[in-house]
Amino acid sequence: MRPGSRTPAKETRIVLENCGRIDPESLSEAVKTGAYKTVTQVVREKRPSAEITAEIKRSGLRGRGGAGFPTGVKWSFTAPGDVKYIVCNADEGEPGTFKDRLILEGDPHKLLEGMLLAGYAVGASKGYVYIRGEYSLSIRRIQKAIDDARAGGYLGDAILGSSFAFDIEVKRGAGAYVCGEETSLIESIEGKRGYPRLKPPYPGSVGLWKKPTVVNNVETLANVPAIIVRGADWFRGFGTASSPGTKVFQILGDVETPRAVEVEMGTPLRTLIEAFGGGIRAGKRFKAALLGGAAGAVVGPVALDMPMDFDGAKERGGVLGSGAILVLDEDASVVELLHGILRFFRHESCGQCVPCRVGASVLVTLSERIRSGGATADDLERLVEVARTMHATSLCPLGQSPILPIQTAVDSFREEFEACMAKPCSAGA
Amino acid sequence: MNELLRKFPRSMESLLDILHAIQDADPQHHLSDEALRAAAEYVGAPLSEVVSTATFYTMYSRTPRGRHIIRLCESPPCQLLGAGTLGEVLADGLGVAVGETTADGAFTLETTSCLGACAEGPAMMVDDRVYGDLTKEKVLSVIAEVRRSDATR
Repeated sequence: MRPGSRTPAKETRIVLENCGRIDPESLSEAVKTGAYKTVTQVVREKRPSAEITAEIKRSGLRGRGGAGFPTGVKWSFTAPGDVKYIVCNADEGEPGTFKDRLILEGDPHKLLEGMLLAGYAVGASKGYVYIRGEYSLSIRRIQKAIDDARAGGYLGDAILGSSFAFDIEVKRGAGAYVCGEETSLIESIEGKRGYPRLKPPYPGSVGLWKKPTVVNNVETLANVPAIIVRGADWFRGFGTASSPGTKVFQILGDVETPRAVEVEMGTPLRTLIEAFGGGIRAGKRFKAALLGGAAGAVVGPVALDMPMDFDGAKERGGVLGSGAILVLDEDASVVELLHGILRFFRHESCGQCVPCRVGASVLVTLSERIRSGGATADDLERLVEVARTMHATSLCPLGQSPILPIQTAVDSFREEFEACMAKPCSAGA
Repeated sequence: MNELLRKFPRSMESLLDILHAIQDADPQHHLSDEALRAAAEYVGAPLSEVVSTATFYTMYSRTPRGRHIIRLCESPPCQLLGAGTLGEVLADGLGVAVGETTADGAFTLETTSCLGACAEGPAMMVDDRVYGDLTKEKVLSVIAEVRRSDATR
């Protein structure tokens, strides 16, 4: 991979179509580019709410937070009731991920319209955008967008003169990765510690204040207006059969042009790194990539032709996750990368359940021994074993996550771990 | 304090916002015992519940901090790009360890998980502002710049 000399590859933009093109603090500019067109059409035509959910189901839209659960199916699981909530998960904290921030800062009205349509579809009249506390600009922009939309008649009682009522409130997080987990996030909105709840019951039946609640990621909701106005078939024209549409990827680390791009699902990893990331920095060679953030998979050069969609990545030992792609060149250390990931999990473990609280610490101790040359072959096996136990017994996805980066890193780069144990690698790295 | 609280609905739902507001208004950016007692009384919850929330989130501090809070990102993407060395540069430049406040009360040095500024890594936040593409020189010049703007205030 050589840098430079390539013609810039073309993106396919749905959720980022207006980012950088409109003034994100201007409602009228947003409306000129089509904001609230879909919701206007839906309420004027009094479209049955079940039709909206059915269209999202048919589109095959899957959750862009990382899990890839079909959005329409999630909506249809919402239990009946008088009071329901739409919660937008904007607690973006997965290392290497900033796609949601681009939408929050660059096209806030698109997100609000997605929430309105979700509310219309499931019969909710209140929505929350839970934004991580560090995203000050996102919080200000979304708040302004809400105020403007309310003044413009797109939020509040009797939206556009109809009987549909929906309002949105911003909630500011305070620094806790675990709150990206939907039930922790709900606890946090309620003013409590962000401790995950036992599931089931799922938020669709028992959510915020025990009411049926839909929790969707920012990027997921930002896809909704285009799907409803242009139809499921249009959406299925992009991406793959099992992962239709586009995905925002973040190409980072040892590449020439680190950036975020929105491309069709199924775009090969190689294209993302070479054509969009500009190839490996300073003419170096590709060594590895961490896909999907800290809770992701470490892959080597054999994975470069992996199609980046939910199933294509999974079939080849990778993961799509949040769309983060952290690239390592030939000089970087996978042992050090993994150590950084494990320190992250130790720091972010919420401490509620024992396997994760204790396990996350043990993982760092073992990893520290491995990188400083004091480990035996047993320690490497123990690292995998402890993570496997955490996966089997932890209460939420946080404790279940470390096994993936550990297993994939050890599988693909075992010699490097063994070399490090024989001769410390931490000093020079 | 009461004036500050009045803006918020009196329920647990407001607690995170209330704690942010109290802390932002405090010159030492922390949550004192009296502040937590006032918050508990205002939302009508036991003090234990308020303390429980206040001690869970990393953005809240129970101990007094400096006028400016530096949050250096130490997530894997920033580490790969040299954030580890920058931590030492900051610690040496300020004469404090992570978690400590400079003797003049100007800065508290903290580390943070991903700031979402990964395309401009290594990155740090000083108060509300994010600085990216950090080098040793840039880190030191940001500190100097903040000191200068403090002096002219």
